[in-house]
Amino acid sequence: MRKLSFEPSRVLIYLVVSLLAAAYLAPLVVVVLNSFRSNQEIAQASMIGWPKQWAWSNYAAAWSGFCVAETCTGIRPYMLNSALVTIPATIISTMLGAVAGYAVSLWRFRGDSWIYGIVTLGLFLPQQMRLLPWTVVLRDIGLINTLTGLVLVHTIQGLSFTTLFCRNYYAAVPHELIRAARIDGAGFFRIFWRIILPLSSPILIVTVIWQFTHIWNEFLYGVTFTTGQQQPVTAALIALSAAIADIPQHGVQSAAVLIAALPTLLVYFFGGRYFVRGLTAGAVK
Amino acid sequence: MTGELSVAMQPGRSAISGLLRRLPEQLMIWVPLLLAAGHIVSFALWTIWISFTPSTLVPVSGWVGLRNYTAVLATRNWQIAFNNLLLFGSTFVLLSLVTGLLLAILLDQRIRGENVLRSIFLYPLAVSFVVTGTVWSWLLNPGLGIEKLVHDLGWISFRFDWLIDRDMAIWTIVIAAVWQSSGFAMALFLAGLRSVDNELIKAAQIDGAGPVRMYRRVILPTLWPITITVVVIQLQFAISTFDLVRALTNGGPGIATQLPALVVYDLMFQRGLLGRGAAAAVLMLLILLAVLLPYAAWRFVKRRQAGHA
Repeated sequence: MRKLSFEPSRVLIYLVVSLLAAAYLAPLVVVVLNSFRSNQEIAQASMIGWPKQWAWSNYAAAWSGFCVAETCTGIRPYMLNSALVTIPATIISTMLGAVAGYAVSLWRFRGDSWIYGIVTLGLFLPQQMRLLPWTVVLRDIGLINTLTGLVLVHTIQGLSFTTLFCRNYYAAVPHELIRAARIDGAGFFRIFWRIILPLSSPILIVTVIWQFTHIWNEFLYGVTFTTGQQQPVTAALIALSAAIADIPQHGVQSAAVLIAALPTLLVYFFGGRYFVRGLTAGAVK
Repeated sequence: MTGELSVAMQPGRSAISGLLRRLPEQLMIWVPLLLAAGHIVSFALWTIWISFTPSTLVPVSGWVGLRNYTAVLATRNWQIAFNNLLLFGSTFVLLSLVTGLLLAILLDQRIRGENVLRSIFLYPLAVSFVVTGTVWSWLLNPGLGIEKLVHDLGWISFRFDWLIDRDMAIWTIVIAAVWQSSGFAMALFLAGLRSVDNELIKAAQIDGAGPVRMYRRVILPTLWPITITVVVIQLQFAISTFDLVRALTNGGPGIATQLPALVVYDLMFQRGLLGRGAAAAVLMLLILLAVLLPYAAWRFVKRRQAGHA
């Protein structure tokens, strides 16, 4: 064992870092504890406290019991909606982004840098500039208030990020590799399939995690383009807090909030390294 | 160049059959890219156009000049939202810079459990603003959260009711936003600290620089390009903040924590004033450009200099 040093400055560093870590964890701990406390217990004391009796029933109620606007289905259908939007949109936007990134970085064609430049502008265009056009487009093609409509919106919006991620990654692939393959007669798809895709797993993981987290957590499009039973879980949570503002059920709400946060927390827990890479890759570019 | 090569390799084939054969790849290249680029340009232009029309419940053509803009700018709603944005944007960015830098320096001291700590500081970024906003609305609610807890512990005169105080409510949004996204600044700063040239540090050590002077004189000056990037990205976030406020205060009490993104939503989908809503959205874009254009110019100059070096 290494000798532990007790220099005052080291002690101070550990003290400060532990306090900060506690501050960052506190909200999560509070919600987890509340999800096991009965609504009455919270109403009598405060939101911050240790459960007297562990009320597991909060989770059952949150998942499939409580009522929003006279439909008593719990959070389950909205979780399903979020999954049915997030999973296809993540997969499709990642695949299209990979092909597009490959095309702009390695295939080179006339106008590639122009079109790529415009695509990356999409990273900066505020959502508010797209709300009205999307509403009109979705209405015209009959996809307003449908999950398919949200998949379409998130897929196309996501292309800016996925193309950027993949292009930057493929830019490091030596062009000689591609040229040699072309001389051997390999075409666009064959090179992509045989050479590029096998190299791509790190960037594909980064992209999938990024897209999944962002689409799952997205709120504005969800609340604008869908209503009622078609809403994703983020929008449903807001509707829930509005619906039960008169008779608060903070135990059940805590459980609901945790269930809604669980998918992205799990992704973060298992793929944290890739999550951070996506975060910094998006920033440094 | 490679394009010419592939044509040269297929002599004698007719142009049409060549085109047909390459149709799938052309479609795969162009359809996603054109959809992505096309929707950005056309959506932006269309919203700008709507902002000059008398559209209310449905988009209509017509021209009202800047009337929508002057109308929006004259409302108290927008004025409060804009002032809040200035206040929230500047304090949020400053505090998350300071917190992020502090966290990064602490984590850079070769401490035990660095990975666990880093995950703790970053996990809020993986959670939706709706969730964190809701949780903070409970913690900051005087009858429910921290104030209630302290009262129950016996300190009856303790007050922490910013959430329901018109003058202080905007700071609750700052607290929640800093808590949620200072980890992002930390991640970038930590990457920067780790890439400081070791020779530089050694040279300073030989000169007898202590840890404080080392950071102030040698290490921190190398971080300023990262700092600018962090500021710009955090400002971009601040300008488009919507979910967090919606979940935490919903713009209240009254309209005390209104922000531009909420004004846009309110005008477009709650009051059915599409023209004014579009004008407010364009104003948001202009605020964003006021941040991004200088940044883009700075990056351009920097890249030029790097190219000449």
